[in-house]
Amino acid sequence: MNSSVFFAPRQATIVRGVWMAVTLVLALMTIFPLVYMVSIAFKGQTEVFSPNLVPKAPTFGNVIYVLTEVPFLRYLANTFFVSVVVTVLALWFHTMAGYALARLRFPGRETIFLAIFSTFLVSLPVIIVPLFILVRWMGMLNTYAGLIVPAIFNAFGIFLLRQYYLSLPRELEEAALIDGAGYWRIYWSVILPLSRPIVASLAILFFLANWNSFLWPLTVASDSSLWVVQVGIANFKSQYSASWNYIMAASTIVAAPMLVIFVIFQRQIMESIKTSGLK
Amino acid sequence: MSVDTSSMTVAAARTRPRRRMSDARTREWIAAYLFILPDTVGLILFVGLPMLFALIIGVFDVNGFGSFAFVGLANYRRMAADPLFWHCLRVTAIYVVLLVPSLYVAGLGLALLVQRTNRFNAVMRSMFFAPQMVSLVVIAVIWQFLSADKIGLFARIFSFFGISGVSLLGNPSLALITTVFVTVWFLMGFYMMIFLGGLQDIPRQYYEAATIDGAAPRQQFWHITMPLLRPTSFFVLLVSLVAAVAGSQAFDLIYVMTRGGPANATSVMITYIYQQAFQYSAFGYAAAMSSILVIVLMLLTGLLFFLTRGGRFDYE
Repeated sequence: MNSSVFFAPRQATIVRGVWMAVTLVLALMTIFPLVYMVSIAFKGQTEVFSPNLVPKAPTFGNVIYVLTEVPFLRYLANTFFVSVVVTVLALWFHTMAGYALARLRFPGRETIFLAIFSTFLVSLPVIIVPLFILVRWMGMLNTYAGLIVPAIFNAFGIFLLRQYYLSLPRELEEAALIDGAGYWRIYWSVILPLSRPIVASLAILFFLANWNSFLWPLTVASDSSLWVVQVGIANFKSQYSASWNYIMAASTIVAAPMLVIFVIFQRQIMESIKTSGLK
Repeated sequence: MSVDTSSMTVAAARTRPRRRMSDARTREWIAAYLFILPDTVGLILFVGLPMLFALIIGVFDVNGFGSFAFVGLANYRRMAADPLFWHCLRVTAIYVVLLVPSLYVAGLGLALLVQRTNRFNAVMRSMFFAPQMVSLVVIAVIWQFLSADKIGLFARIFSFFGISGVSLLGNPSLALITTVFVTVWFLMGFYMMIFLGGLQDIPRQYYEAATIDGAAPRQQFWHITMPLLRPTSFFVLLVSLVAAVAGSQAFDLIYVMTRGGPANATSVMITYIYQQAFQYSAFGYAAAMSSILVIVLMLLTGLLFFLTRGGRFDYE
């Protein structure tokens, strides 16, 4: 909105400065809890509740304690493995489905697409009980398969990929088709290379979602050797309820990789969120 | 999956296929079905089937070992007579009513604040979005720490202003409000980005023309921005409503921060459902309550679609 018409230039600068200050204060308040978490992770036991942001006697003791005295490395490894496998399989399946739904002609295409799209509004808490019963019946409780397979399928990724493929020019595939390439060849050597940008942003989003997911891993794996970091933290918190320095160190270890990814890929992450709202 | 025969005959009539052509067409069909097979099967098994189950398992008694016994409406009768069920339903309703409008206002407000593209705003956007990167478990841990009685940061701030003895998570009448506040803080950056996407699509000329006609910023907001943002508003309301009713964020936050307490003040439906299923192995009863949640969600989304004609508005 152009405010300069209503104010003299000097006033406009002041107004804008005030808004910028307001924005800055709000933004600092928003990230403050995260900064505070990191700060306490490096504070000693005695200093935890003192309000200073910079630790007076910074220590790595908490981080070392969490990594050595609690099977946190195991939780980290589990989470990494599950997140990577889910991300790769999901991208593979969703690119295939998105390509077929956008480009190939087959009976029932619109119906199938609508059916897939309608699952977009089904959220995990609503189906957690029946899903658990189903997965138990399949014998996947307390297995990596149980952690991984149900997490792969979501309409959001299929939808975004289909939208992307609808916007690609057809010429490249048609040339390949005339050259006698099969549909798999076209998918593999024409479509996939073309989808690199969207696949990259979806990979970040999927990895992030799986790294941060709690409800499903909590439900499907009671065996602590299969725990992911989020379940580990929740459990750690109830065991060490007074040792906030350890709890914050554990939280920082879990949150830090995602915050680093965010700093590096913030543009891609935020752009893909921005486009996801536009139907 | 059903085969759409009408589009098949239309396609056939359109091209009058020669032998070779129909071979190519069959190959395309087969390829397409194979391409969508993994996702379709997965979605049917792990989303569709559970959804169907959610609606029907309620009439069974399911024990911890997975054996089913038909019990008719017993679970629903138990629900009707269970004061905790009604309590949790009420808590969920309050949570939704507090959360959805606050999120809408916070998301739109932030979007308007950082709408201009410049380097300063780019940094501000990232800062508002940053909590999204962190898991709700960690978020819950941090906020529980900040809200600790007496020695927590908020308690100190309150006592600085002469207010003492405030327990943000320990006081039943404050705990739910605190949970809503944390949820807003966590999600507002996400909805800010969605709103920014919507604002970006409004042609600048509208504002330029309005400015020339002498429309004040506030008038421009009500007469240009809000009407043209309707599709975005619809999306935001739909997504935040579904997430709030289902408890997508509430479950993690409450599980870590309050476990539904104090005095069940933060027991939303999903918290109670989870407790019944996974602490007391009352799967049938939990599923019956899930089915109520499914029906409520269907009614609310139906209502939203009805009120907005599927997100389409006749301003154009």
